[in-house]
Amino acid sequence: MSIMTPEGLAGLIFLFLAAVTLAGALIAASTVRLPRAVAGLALSFTGLAGIFYFLNSPFVALMEMLIYVGAVCVAIVFAIMMADPGVEKGASSRATAIPAGFSAALGALFAAGLIVLARNTMWPPPAARLNDGSVIQVGHGLITTYSMVFELISIVLLMAIIGALVLARKGRDPE
Amino acid sequence: MNAHPEILRLLAFLAGLIIFAALNAAYLVWLERKVCGHIQRRIGPKEVGPFGLLQPLADGIKLMTKQVLVPPQVDPVLFRLAPALVLIPAIMSFVVIPFSANLVAREINIGLLLVFAFASVNVLGLLLGGWGSANKYAVISAARCVSQNVAYEIPMLITVITMVMITGTMNLNEIVLQQPDISQWYVFRFTASPLMPVAFLVFFICSLAETNRAPFDLGEAESELIAGFHTEYSGMGFGLFFMGEYANIVIGASLATVLFLGGWQSPVSFIPGGWWWFLAKVYFLIFTIMWIRWTYPRTTLWGLLNLSWKVLIPISLLNLLVTGGMLKLMPLIFGAG
Repeated sequence: MSIMTPEGLAGLIFLFLAAVTLAGALIAASTVRLPRAVAGLALSFTGLAGIFYFLNSPFVALMEMLIYVGAVCVAIVFAIMMADPGVEKGASSRATAIPAGFSAALGALFAAGLIVLARNTMWPPPAARLNDGSVIQVGHGLITTYSMVFELISIVLLMAIIGALVLARKGRDPE
Repeated sequence: MNAHPEILRLLAFLAGLIIFAALNAAYLVWLERKVCGHIQRRIGPKEVGPFGLLQPLADGIKLMTKQVLVPPQVDPVLFRLAPALVLIPAIMSFVVIPFSANLVAREINIGLLLVFAFASVNVLGLLLGGWGSANKYAVISAARCVSQNVAYEIPMLITVITMVMITGTMNLNEIVLQQPDISQWYVFRFTASPLMPVAFLVFFICSLAETNRAPFDLGEAESELIAGFHTEYSGMGFGLFFMGEYANIVIGASLATVLFLGGWQSPVSFIPGGWWWFLAKVYFLIFTIMWIRWTYPRTTLWGLLNLSWKVLIPISLLNLLVTGGMLKLMPLIFGAG
């Protein structure tokens, strides 16, 4: 198929976004510098947001940017701010080789499972565009179709808040 | 090969927005120096060109001819990337700002969300810049920027949620269309909530803090932190941070204008609205921001965080409750409208 057809261009854009997502994830997983790992994670999330936009869901794409890039990455940076800004030279290659190999094997297994699942699933195209992403549509969705998920998420957040309170209650260790 | 008109339009808007952001950065620095000068009973820049109007050009040439030094101990990739991460999201946010009824690069249903999604990337740029510099002043400044931005994002977003409850849309142009004259501006819309002017004030204070403007410029407190997160930057690296800061100020003032002050609509119905009204309101707000900067001393970090967590967040939550109540009560009192 030629690149200059609409389908060709769309495929090219999809491949680019997927490459950005994967590259970000690889940077995040493989670098020893914590700030670079966060930057890689942010890149991966941005690529994912691009894929959501590509799949015609701008609302989810922007939420991905707002929550994952703007909040999660910033919170992670806030946590690693306690670390030394220089390059970490702590662990030797032998100490990290076994866990790295183990996680690579697990990752490969997981990826293989997902690929098998994706190839064996029938993907029915949606009958019509679900909604236009306007406030009214999203609001209706949240309190009707997806109300169960919505409430479950609020329980997760409640548990996170209580956990933070329990941790903070002890106060700081007077060293 | 003939290009599609929509693609041409988008390219024209992209070029226009980048030029707009760059011109704003250049001439807001000139304006800042003039305002600062007159407030301090000086006259500000006057040597280069009439009224010093060519001063930004001279400054720009100076910045561009300087070498961008990369100190040996920094992370070179992040160090070079950070200024772009501050500037690009700001330019992206301009895409949905309606300058007039038709002068908007891309009108989407969730424009308000887009602005906040990209504004939240800005702080990541500051952080990576400060952190990547491997300089203790830059790191302290980056830590302050995060705590400040996290703290002020909350009351700002609560206020914006209140506005979305009232307007019922996140399309910025529709929000403007709901405010045809000064009595309908959301800042004076007491039928929606008696606390509307307070909501405007909360939003304005938060946008000052989000853009790290005085009296909340703890991130670059010169007397303590040299120049904050951009201590190690020279030449256009510093220049891009500066452009990003001014672009963010323009975005903040534009959002305040769109949400509360009627956007491009004229305040009185017999004068037609248009982009000139939008720019007049935006630049008035920017002038106010400068006026505040040169009038009030810098707060302390504790004062800053206390203001957000103990004053602004409770007020914005109260406003959210009052607005929700009013939205349910008004149709009961005046009949379904």
